[in-house]
Amino acid sequence: MNSDWNKDLKVTFTVQDPCQLVRKSLGDPIAEDLRFVVKAVVGEENFIDMTPNRSNNFCCGGGGGFLQSGFPEARRYYGRIKFEQIDQTGADYCITPCHNCHAQIHDMKEHYGGKYHSVHLWTLICLSLGILGENERTYLGPDLAEVNMLS
Amino acid sequence: MASQVIEIKRSKEKTFKDQVMDLLPEGGNLNACLTCGLCSSGCPASGLENMDPRKFLRLAVLGLDDEVLNSNWAWMCTMCQRCIYACPMKIDIPALVFNVRNRWPKENQPKGIRGSCEMAFKNETCSAMGATEEDWRFVVEDVAEEVRDTQPGFENLQAPMDKKGAHFFLNQNSREPVTEPDEMVPMWKILDLVGADWTYGSKGWAAENYCLFCADTEMWEKNVRIKAKAVDDLACKVLLNTE
Repeated sequence: MNSDWNKDLKVTFTVQDPCQLVRKSLGDPIAEDLRFVVKAVVGEENFIDMTPNRSNNFCCGGGGGFLQSGFPEARRYYGRIKFEQIDQTGADYCITPCHNCHAQIHDMKEHYGGKYHSVHLWTLICLSLGILGENERTYLGPDLAEVNMLS
Repeated sequence: MASQVIEIKRSKEKTFKDQVMDLLPEGGNLNACLTCGLCSSGCPASGLENMDPRKFLRLAVLGLDDEVLNSNWAWMCTMCQRCIYACPMKIDIPALVFNVRNRWPKENQPKGIRGSCEMAFKNETCSAMGATEEDWRFVVEDVAEEVRDTQPGFENLQAPMDKKGAHFFLNQNSREPVTEPDEMVPMWKILDLVGADWTYGSKGWAAENYCLFCADTEMWEKNVRIKAKAVDDLACKVLLNTE
Protein backbone atom coordinates (compact mmCIF):
# COMPACT_ATOMS: atom_id res chain seq x y z
CA MET A 1 0.00 0.00 0.00
CA ASN A 2 1.44 3.37 -0.93
CA SER A 3 0.61 6.86 -2.15
CA ASP A 4 2.28 6.71 -5.58
CA TRP A 5 -1.10 7.23 -7.25
CA ASN A 6 -1.26 10.68 -5.68
CA LYS A 7 2.34 11.78 -6.30
CA ASP A 8 1.45 13.93 -9.28
CA LEU A 9 -2.25 14.41 -8.68
CA LYS A 10 -1.67 16.00 -5.27
CA VAL A 11 -5.28 15.58 -4.15
CA THR A 12 -5.50 16.80 -0.56
CA PHE A 13 -7.19 15.13 2.41
CA THR A 14 -8.17 15.90 5.95
CA VAL A 15 -9.55 13.45 8.47
CA GLN A 16 -12.44 13.56 10.92
CA ASP A 17 -11.61 11.99 14.29
CA PRO A 18 -14.83 10.19 15.25
CA CYS A 19 -15.77 11.02 18.85
CA GLN A 20 -16.82 7.44 19.50
CA LEU A 21 -13.54 5.99 18.30
CA VAL A 22 -11.13 8.59 19.65
CA ARG A 23 -12.29 10.73 22.59
CA LYS A 24 -14.81 8.22 23.93
CA SER A 25 -12.93 4.97 23.38
CA LEU A 26 -9.27 4.59 22.50
CA GLY A 27 -7.97 8.14 22.79
CA ASP A 28 -5.09 9.86 21.02
CA PRO A 29 -3.16 6.65 20.20
CA ILE A 30 -5.90 5.51 17.82
CA ALA A 31 -5.94 9.00 16.29
CA GLU A 32 -2.23 8.54 15.58
CA ASP A 33 -2.89 5.12 14.02
CA LEU A 34 -5.55 6.72 11.85
CA ARG A 35 -3.10 9.35 10.64
CA PHE A 36 -0.44 6.72 10.00
CA VAL A 37 -2.81 4.87 7.68
CA VAL A 38 -4.16 8.01 6.01
CA LYS A 39 -0.69 9.40 5.33
CA ALA A 40 0.47 6.06 3.95
CA VAL A 41 -2.49 6.03 1.59
CA VAL A 42 -2.60 9.63 0.37
CA GLY A 43 0.97 10.83 0.98
CA GLU A 44 2.07 12.85 4.00
CA GLU A 45 2.44 16.01 1.90
CA ASN A 46 -1.19 15.74 0.85
CA PHE A 47 -2.60 15.49 4.36
CA ILE A 48 -3.90 18.58 6.17
CA ASP A 49 -5.08 18.24 9.76
CA MET A 50 -8.05 20.27 10.92
CA THR A 51 -7.81 22.23 14.17
CA PRO A 52 -8.61 21.27 16.90
CA ASN A 53 -8.22 17.56 16.39
CA ARG A 54 -7.74 14.14 18.00
CA SER A 55 -9.37 13.94 21.46
CA ASN A 56 -10.15 17.64 21.31
CA ASN A 57 -11.99 17.39 18.02
CA PHE A 58 -15.45 18.86 17.60
CA CYS A 59 -18.31 16.44 17.16
CA CYS A 60 -19.75 16.79 13.64
CA GLY A 61 -23.34 16.61 14.89
CA GLY A 62 -24.11 13.23 13.37
CA GLY A 63 -23.80 11.31 16.64
CA GLY A 64 -26.17 10.54 19.48
CA GLY A 65 -29.06 9.88 17.10
CA PHE A 66 -29.13 13.50 15.89
CA LEU A 67 -29.43 12.36 12.27
CA GLN A 68 -32.68 10.55 13.11
CA SER A 69 -34.16 12.79 15.80
CA GLY A 70 -36.16 15.01 13.46
CA PHE A 71 -34.38 18.31 14.13
CA PRO A 72 -32.54 18.88 10.85
CA GLU A 73 -32.22 22.65 11.28
CA ALA A 74 -30.69 22.29 14.73
CA ARG A 75 -28.43 19.53 13.46
CA ARG A 76 -27.09 21.74 10.69
CA TYR A 77 -26.63 24.68 13.06
CA TYR A 78 -24.65 22.34 15.28
CA GLY A 79 -22.59 21.09 12.33
CA ARG A 80 -21.64 24.53 11.07
CA ILE A 81 -18.50 24.50 13.25
CA LYS A 82 -17.40 21.22 11.71
CA PHE A 83 -18.18 22.42 8.21
CA GLU A 84 -16.02 25.52 8.69
CA GLN A 85 -13.22 23.47 10.20
CA ILE A 86 -13.10 21.25 7.14
CA ASP A 87 -13.60 24.11 4.73
CA GLN A 88 -10.68 26.02 6.24
CA THR A 89 -8.25 23.18 5.61
CA GLY A 90 -8.95 23.64 1.91
CA ALA A 91 -8.75 19.86 1.52
CA ASP A 92 -10.43 18.22 -1.46
CA TYR A 93 -11.65 15.31 0.68
CA CYS A 94 -12.64 14.68 4.27
CA ILE A 95 -12.05 11.09 5.32
CA THR A 96 -14.84 10.03 7.68
CA PRO A 97 -14.16 6.66 9.31
CA CYS A 98 -17.57 6.58 11.04
CA HIS A 99 -20.99 6.07 9.54
CA ASN A 100 -22.65 8.95 11.32
CA CYS A 101 -19.79 11.35 10.58
CA HIS A 102 -19.88 10.32 6.94
CA ALA A 103 -23.60 11.01 6.60
CA GLN A 104 -23.53 14.31 8.52
CA ILE A 105 -20.40 15.71 6.86
CA HIS A 106 -21.76 14.74 3.46
CA ASP A 107 -25.08 16.45 4.24
CA MET A 108 -23.37 19.63 5.40
CA LYS A 109 -21.28 19.84 2.27
CA GLU A 110 -24.52 19.77 0.27
CA HIS A 111 -26.32 22.16 2.60
CA TYR A 112 -23.62 24.79 3.02
CA GLY A 113 -22.20 24.39 -0.46
CA GLY A 114 -18.74 23.11 0.37
CA LYS A 115 -16.21 21.93 -2.17
CA TYR A 116 -14.97 18.85 -0.33
CA HIS A 117 -16.17 15.25 -0.71
CA SER A 118 -16.70 12.96 2.27
CA VAL A 119 -15.29 9.50 1.83
CA HIS A 120 -14.89 6.27 3.80
CA LEU A 121 -11.38 5.16 4.74
CA TRP A 122 -11.92 1.73 3.18
CA THR A 123 -12.52 3.39 -0.19
CA LEU A 124 -9.13 5.07 -0.11
CA ILE A 125 -7.27 2.01 1.11
CA CYS A 126 -8.62 0.08 -1.87
CA LEU A 127 -7.92 2.99 -4.22
CA SER A 128 -4.28 3.06 -3.19
CA LEU A 129 -4.05 -0.71 -3.59
CA GLY A 130 -5.44 -0.46 -7.11
CA ILE A 131 -8.36 -2.74 -6.27
CA LEU A 132 -11.24 -0.27 -6.17
CA GLY A 133 -13.90 -1.19 -8.73
CA GLU A 134 -16.03 1.28 -10.63
CA ASN A 135 -19.20 0.62 -8.60
CA GLU A 136 -17.34 1.39 -5.38
CA ARG A 137 -16.67 5.04 -6.20
CA THR A 138 -19.96 6.70 -5.30
CA TYR A 139 -18.36 9.15 -2.89
CA LEU A 140 -15.32 10.03 -4.95
CA GLY A 141 -15.35 13.25 -6.95
CA PRO A 142 -14.73 13.45 -10.71
CA ASP A 143 -10.99 13.93 -10.02
CA LEU A 144 -10.68 10.38 -8.69
CA ALA A 145 -13.49 8.67 -10.58
CA GLU A 146 -11.09 6.87 -12.90
CA VAL A 147 -7.84 6.89 -10.90
CA ASN A 148 -6.07 3.59 -10.20
CA MET A 149 -9.06 1.63 -11.49
CA LEU A 150 -9.02 -2.12 -11.01
CA SER A 151 -8.45 -3.60 -14.46
CA MET B 1 -29.60 46.43 38.79
CA ALA B 2 -32.86 46.20 40.57
CA SER B 3 -33.45 42.61 39.75
CA GLN B 4 -35.24 40.54 42.29
CA VAL B 5 -33.69 37.63 44.05
CA ILE B 6 -35.33 34.48 42.83
CA GLU B 7 -36.10 32.06 45.56
CA ILE B 8 -36.20 28.47 44.53
CA LYS B 9 -38.37 26.31 46.68
CA ARG B 10 -36.90 22.91 47.11
CA SER B 11 -38.87 19.99 48.36
CA LYS B 12 -37.33 17.37 50.59
CA GLU B 13 -37.57 14.81 47.86
CA LYS B 14 -34.53 14.07 45.79
CA THR B 15 -34.16 16.22 42.73
CA PHE B 16 -33.60 14.67 39.34
CA LYS B 17 -29.94 15.59 39.62
CA ASP B 18 -29.66 13.74 42.96
CA GLN B 19 -31.21 10.66 41.40
CA VAL B 20 -28.76 10.72 38.50
CA MET B 21 -25.86 11.16 40.90
CA ASP B 22 -26.89 7.93 42.64
CA LEU B 23 -26.40 6.10 39.35
CA LEU B 24 -23.00 7.43 38.38
CA PRO B 25 -19.48 6.70 39.65
CA GLU B 26 -18.46 9.66 41.82
CA GLY B 27 -21.94 11.01 41.15
CA GLY B 28 -20.65 12.16 37.77
CA ASN B 29 -19.13 15.08 39.73
CA LEU B 30 -22.40 16.88 39.12
CA ASN B 31 -21.97 19.00 42.26
CA ALA B 32 -18.48 20.12 41.34
CA CYS B 33 -19.23 22.82 38.77
CA LEU B 34 -17.17 26.02 39.07
CA THR B 35 -19.37 27.68 36.40
CA CYS B 36 -16.28 28.52 34.36
CA GLY B 37 -18.08 27.90 31.07
CA LEU B 38 -15.39 25.89 29.29
CA CYS B 39 -18.05 23.29 28.48
CA SER B 40 -20.34 25.79 26.80
CA SER B 41 -17.69 27.74 24.92
CA GLY B 42 -16.53 24.57 23.21
CA CYS B 43 -19.90 22.96 22.61
CA PRO B 44 -21.47 23.06 19.13
CA ALA B 45 -24.91 22.66 20.75
CA SER B 46 -24.57 25.90 22.73
CA GLY B 47 -27.35 28.25 21.69
CA LEU B 48 -29.77 25.63 20.53
CA GLU B 49 -33.10 25.79 22.39
CA ASN B 50 -31.68 28.77 24.30
CA MET B 51 -29.55 26.23 26.14
CA ASP B 52 -25.94 25.24 26.67
CA PRO B 53 -24.19 22.61 28.82
CA ARG B 54 -23.47 24.93 31.73
CA LYS B 55 -27.02 26.24 31.80
CA PHE B 56 -28.37 22.70 31.59
CA LEU B 57 -26.29 21.65 34.57
CA ARG B 58 -27.19 24.79 36.56
CA LEU B 59 -30.89 24.11 36.03
CA ALA B 60 -30.38 20.57 37.29
CA VAL B 61 -28.34 21.68 40.29
CA LEU B 62 -31.02 24.23 41.20
CA GLY B 63 -33.64 21.52 41.07
CA LEU B 64 -35.55 23.05 38.16
CA ASP B 65 -36.46 19.60 37.01
CA ASP B 66 -39.31 20.52 34.67
CA GLU B 67 -37.02 22.71 32.60
CA VAL B 68 -34.34 20.04 32.47
CA LEU B 69 -36.65 17.15 31.71
CA ASN B 70 -38.73 18.85 29.06
CA SER B 71 -36.15 20.61 26.94
CA ASN B 72 -35.63 19.28 23.42
CA TRP B 73 -32.00 20.17 23.94
CA ALA B 74 -31.42 16.70 25.41
CA TRP B 75 -31.91 15.41 21.86
CA MET B 76 -29.55 17.98 20.34
CA CYS B 77 -26.59 17.31 22.59
CA THR B 78 -24.85 14.36 20.90
CA MET B 79 -23.22 13.25 24.16
CA CYS B 80 -19.85 13.61 22.39
CA GLN B 81 -18.10 14.22 25.74
CA ARG B 82 -16.00 17.15 24.57
CA CYS B 83 -17.35 19.06 27.59
CA ILE B 84 -15.92 16.42 29.93
CA TYR B 85 -12.62 16.57 28.10
CA ALA B 86 -12.46 20.33 28.62
CA CYS B 87 -13.90 20.43 32.15
CA PRO B 88 -11.40 20.94 35.01
CA MET B 89 -13.76 19.02 37.29
CA LYS B 90 -14.60 16.27 34.78
CA ILE B 91 -18.33 16.72 35.18
CA ASP B 92 -20.37 14.15 33.29
CA ILE B 93 -22.96 16.36 31.64
CA PRO B 94 -23.51 13.80 28.84
CA ALA B 95 -24.64 11.25 31.44
CA LEU B 96 -27.10 13.83 32.74
CA VAL B 97 -28.40 14.22 29.18
CA PHE B 98 -28.60 10.45 28.75
CA ASN B 99 -30.72 10.14 31.87
CA VAL B 100 -32.99 12.95 30.73
CA ARG B 101 -33.59 11.02 27.51
CA ASN B 102 -34.29 7.95 29.63
CA ARG B 103 -37.04 9.82 31.50
CA TRP B 104 -38.88 10.91 28.38
CA PRO B 105 -42.04 8.85 27.91
CA LYS B 106 -41.49 6.48 25.00
CA GLU B 107 -44.36 7.97 23.02
CA ASN B 108 -42.83 11.45 23.21
CA GLN B 109 -39.31 10.47 22.20
CA PRO B 110 -38.25 11.42 18.66
CA LYS B 111 -39.98 8.94 16.38
CA GLY B 112 -36.93 8.37 14.21
CA ILE B 113 -34.90 7.17 17.16
CA ARG B 114 -37.66 5.33 19.02
CA GLY B 115 -38.89 3.60 15.88
CA SER B 116 -35.39 2.48 14.92
CA CYS B 117 -34.81 1.12 18.42
CA GLU B 118 -37.96 -0.98 18.25
CA MET B 119 -37.54 -2.03 14.62
CA ALA B 120 -34.32 -3.84 15.59
CA PHE B 121 -36.40 -6.49 17.35
CA LYS B 122 -38.66 -7.22 14.43
CA ASN B 123 -36.09 -9.71 13.18
CA GLU B 124 -33.19 -11.47 14.81
CA THR B 125 -30.88 -9.42 12.61
CA CYS B 126 -31.09 -6.35 14.92
CA SER B 127 -31.50 -4.25 11.77
CA ALA B 128 -33.00 -0.86 12.54
CA MET B 129 -34.06 -0.71 8.90
CA GLY B 130 -35.98 -3.96 9.24
CA ALA B 131 -33.75 -6.04 6.97
CA THR B 132 -34.51 -9.75 7.33
CA GLU B 133 -32.10 -12.68 7.36
CA GLU B 134 -33.27 -13.54 3.83
CA ASP B 135 -32.71 -9.97 2.54
CA TRP B 136 -29.26 -9.94 4.08
CA ARG B 137 -28.14 -13.33 2.75
CA PHE B 138 -29.43 -12.49 -0.70
CA VAL B 139 -27.75 -9.08 -0.96
CA VAL B 140 -24.38 -10.27 0.32
CA GLU B 141 -24.27 -13.25 -2.01
CA ASP B 142 -25.60 -11.28 -4.97
CA VAL B 143 -22.97 -8.56 -4.60
CA ALA B 144 -20.16 -11.06 -3.98
CA GLU B 145 -21.14 -13.00 -7.10
CA GLU B 146 -21.09 -9.88 -9.22
CA VAL B 147 -17.63 -9.00 -7.98
CA ARG B 148 -16.38 -12.53 -8.73
CA ASP B 149 -17.83 -12.34 -12.26
CA THR B 150 -16.62 -8.88 -13.19
CA GLN B 151 -13.52 -7.94 -11.21
CA PRO B 152 -10.19 -9.48 -12.21
CA GLY B 153 -8.17 -10.81 -9.28
CA PHE B 154 -11.30 -11.40 -7.20
CA GLU B 155 -12.66 -14.47 -8.96
CA ASN B 156 -12.60 -16.27 -5.61
CA LEU B 157 -13.76 -13.46 -3.35
CA GLN B 158 -15.89 -14.75 -0.51
CA ALA B 159 -18.20 -12.97 1.92
CA PRO B 160 -18.66 -15.90 4.30
CA MET B 161 -21.98 -16.30 6.13
CA ASP B 162 -22.29 -18.22 9.42
CA LYS B 163 -18.84 -19.74 9.12
CA LYS B 164 -18.41 -21.56 12.42
CA GLY B 165 -15.18 -20.94 14.28
CA ALA B 166 -14.07 -17.99 12.15
CA HIS B 167 -11.74 -15.70 14.07
CA PHE B 168 -13.55 -12.45 13.25
CA PHE B 169 -17.29 -11.84 13.30
CA LEU B 170 -17.79 -8.73 11.16
CA ASN B 171 -20.92 -6.68 11.65
CA GLN B 172 -22.39 -4.22 9.19
CA ASN B 173 -24.45 -1.06 9.38
CA SER B 174 -27.84 -1.74 7.75
CA ARG B 175 -27.43 1.22 5.45
CA GLU B 176 -25.04 -0.70 3.22
CA PRO B 177 -27.05 -3.83 2.43
CA VAL B 178 -30.30 -1.84 2.26
CA THR B 179 -29.33 1.27 0.31
CA GLU B 180 -25.76 1.04 -1.05
CA PRO B 181 -24.59 -2.58 -1.12
CA ASP B 182 -21.52 -1.89 -3.28
CA GLU B 183 -20.04 -0.01 -0.32
CA MET B 184 -19.54 -3.36 1.44
CA VAL B 185 -17.09 -4.54 -1.17
CA PRO B 186 -13.94 -2.54 -0.27
CA MET B 187 -13.93 -4.05 3.23
CA TRP B 188 -14.31 -7.57 1.81
CA LYS B 189 -11.39 -6.98 -0.52
CA ILE B 190 -9.16 -5.74 2.29
CA LEU B 191 -10.03 -8.76 4.45
CA ASP B 192 -9.46 -11.05 1.47
CA LEU B 193 -6.10 -9.50 0.70
CA VAL B 194 -4.76 -9.87 4.24
CA GLY B 195 -6.10 -13.44 4.46
CA ALA B 196 -8.37 -12.72 7.42
CA ASP B 197 -10.45 -15.60 8.78
CA TRP B 198 -13.80 -13.83 9.07
CA THR B 199 -17.52 -14.28 8.74
CA TYR B 200 -20.78 -12.44 8.72
CA GLY B 201 -23.63 -13.84 10.79
CA SER B 202 -27.18 -14.25 9.53
CA LYS B 203 -28.35 -13.18 13.01
CA GLY B 204 -27.28 -10.14 15.01
CA TRP B 205 -25.25 -8.68 12.17
CA ALA B 206 -26.61 -5.13 12.18
CA ALA B 207 -24.12 -2.78 13.82
CA GLU B 208 -26.53 -0.03 14.83
CA ASN B 209 -28.29 0.16 18.20
CA TYR B 210 -30.71 3.07 18.49
CA CYS B 211 -31.87 2.00 21.93
CA LEU B 212 -28.67 3.62 23.17
CA PHE B 213 -29.85 6.93 21.72
CA CYS B 214 -33.28 6.82 23.33
CA ALA B 215 -31.55 5.70 26.53
CA ASP B 216 -33.78 2.67 26.85
CA THR B 217 -31.34 0.66 28.91
CA GLU B 218 -33.37 -2.56 28.92
CA MET B 219 -33.82 -2.67 25.18
CA TRP B 220 -30.27 -1.53 24.66
CA GLU B 221 -29.05 -4.51 26.67
CA LYS B 222 -31.43 -6.84 24.89
CA ASN B 223 -30.05 -5.70 21.54
CA VAL B 224 -26.44 -6.18 22.68
CA ARG B 225 -27.21 -9.64 24.06
CA ILE B 226 -28.72 -10.82 20.77
CA LYS B 227 -25.53 -9.71 19.03
CA ALA B 228 -23.23 -11.26 21.61
CA LYS B 229 -25.12 -14.55 21.36
CA ALA B 230 -24.77 -14.53 17.58
CA VAL B 231 -21.00 -14.21 17.96
CA ASP B 232 -20.86 -16.90 20.63
CA ASP B 233 -23.06 -19.30 18.66
CA LEU B 234 -20.55 -19.18 15.81
CA ALA B 235 -17.67 -19.54 18.30
CA CYS B 236 -15.94 -16.48 16.88
CA LYS B 237 -13.14 -14.91 18.90
CA VAL B 238 -13.45 -11.26 17.94
CA LEU B 239 -16.39 -9.05 17.07
CA LEU B 240 -15.30 -6.50 14.51
CA ASN B 241 -17.47 -3.43 14.79
CA THR B 242 -16.37 -1.46 11.76
CA GLU B 243 -17.89 1.81 12.85
